[in-house]
Amino acid sequence: MSLNAILAQTMLGLSQGVFYAMLSLGLAIIFGLLNVINFAHGALYMLGAFVALIGYSYLGPWLGQPDWHMGFWTALVVSPLLVGGLGMLIERFLLRRLYDFDHIYGLLLTFGIALILQGLFANYFNISGTPYPGQPESLSGIVNLGFMYFPKYRLFAILFSIVVCFATWFVIERTSLGAVLRAGVENPKLVEAFGINVPRMVTLTFGFGVALAALAGVLAAPIYSVSPLMGADLIITVFAVVVIGGMGSILGAIVTGLMLGLVQGLTQAVYPPAANTVIFFIMVVVLLIRPAGLFGKVV
Amino acid sequence: MPELLAIENLHAWYGESHILHGIELSVAEGEVITLLGRNGAGRTTTLKAILGMVDKRTGSIRLNGREVIKEPTHKIARIGMLGYCPEERGIFSRLTVDENLALPPTLGDGGMSRDEIYSMFPNLAERRRSTGTQLSGGEQQMLAMARVLRTGARILLLDEITEGLAPVIVQTLGQTIRQMRERGLTIVLVEQNFHFAAPLADRHYIIEHGAVAEVVAAHEAEEKRERINAFLSV
Ligand SMILES: Nc1ncnc2c1ncn2[C@@H]1O[C@H](COP(=O)(O)OP(=O)(O)OP(=O)(O)O)[C@@H](O)[C@H]1O
Ligand SMILES: [Mg+2]
Repeated sequence: MSLNAILAQTMLGLSQGVFYAMLSLGLAIIFGLLNVINFAHGALYMLGAFVALIGYSYLGPWLGQPDWHMGFWTALVVSPLLVGGLGMLIERFLLRRLYDFDHIYGLLLTFGIALILQGLFANYFNISGTPYPGQPESLSGIVNLGFMYFPKYRLFAILFSIVVCFATWFVIERTSLGAVLRAGVENPKLVEAFGINVPRMVTLTFGFGVALAALAGVLAAPIYSVSPLMGADLIITVFAVVVIGGMGSILGAIVTGLMLGLVQGLTQAVYPPAANTVIFFIMVVVLLIRPAGLFGKVV
Repeated sequence: MPELLAIENLHAWYGESHILHGIELSVAEGEVITLLGRNGAGRTTTLKAILGMVDKRTGSIRLNGREVIKEPTHKIARIGMLGYCPEERGIFSRLTVDENLALPPTLGDGGMSRDEIYSMFPNLAERRRSTGTQLSGGEQQMLAMARVLRTGARILLLDEITEGLAPVIVQTLGQTIRQMRERGLTIVLVEQNFHFAAPLADRHYIIEHGAVAEVVAAHEAEEKRERINAFLSV
């Protein structure tokens, strides 16, 4: 295989990997503070994409203004805010009631929410997907990377996601705001005893993790068609990513996501039939050798 | 002197276990009191109950005249301007010394500046960038103390700050407490080391089976020494 072909697959793998990274990052942040595995994450990613689609294609006509569209850039801000807000309501009024019980209840609740959201959208929208026509003009077309021609939008999605992921990492690991969060992950009761409103912090953190999923959903809309099951399909792989990376490490979630995207891309080049299973194969190997995951702490 | 902390008939539970059975105590502004007692007597639980860190509590806790028994932990800390130094020290392992120090929000005026703190505890200054896990037990204890001094807390709740520390460090901590008292802070000191606590405190509360068994004023401490020892010995 030529070097150019490898580089090309690297780019394709990366453009998948950034979605793994964004989603597993959100899951890791939520799990760190809430100890909840958010099974609704994929559904909220789907919801993020639908906010963009509905805003672009349906909202105008519903409001009697067929020519009005909510543009991509607006969606990139509005969707995470809306979906993140929904996440905060879910935490505040549903999840919070379950913290005194076994973690399994939080998992079941979020799983139920995922099914409800998916069912709701499957009722009104095409299961096989609706194309998102709102990709901005400035990001259409292709660029010459030297070794390949690459869609401009995908390049944008890669760069944008990487910036978001590392900005998130920076805030959590390097700022005083992040220090409160890290301390809260370790000993929430003591943080609260210092006078910090931990319940509010938990709500905001859940909202933020969910907003990341919605942001990924908006970014995905122009690439993949928007469908009620888009999250359910993706989240299974993302959970495998999380298992491989290990819960609880911010950098681990980002790096593992990107890395597994690359592995998947390269497998596609070398032996295409294995591309969809390679991540699960790695998961099995990691589970056998390092059950806590590559970046996880062994308890 | 106005009462800054007043506790009446305080009961507390961990799950189903009923641990405190009607604690009564009151501390005026600027006083230093100790909670003495055997292991498992309920001294740590008393501090935690003040902060709302138990599963259930009843009775009355007034901070500066305000009833807080129904308030959530984070509000109690702010209402009472409480500085809590837990028994297990509670240094965050993923945070650096600097970050640990900066973590608790400012509660009132008159807290020490970071520079004052680092000149009081020079060992910590050298380790500013180390993370919590890299500190020795003594350094962790100093950091836990330093952390509450920065916030401008009015009442310090200090749980066994001398436990397991070398005599030199114990001395430093004793000095720190004296300085805090001169600054007018109110201090509740949970101690096992009566020798350390005796010269610092205005009053000693002896806790047994989750209740106050005896209150000893500082000037009676010498004559009641035997009695106190009898309470503390196993
Ligand atoms: N989290 C908990 N759950 C259930 N019981 C507890 C818990 N923490 C403490 N206890 C029990 O409460 C009682 C009082 O404990 P507490 O920690 O207040 O004692 P203490 O006076 O601080 O003694 P010391 O710290 O010297 O052991 C003990 O019998 C202990 O077993
Ligand atoms: Mg104790």
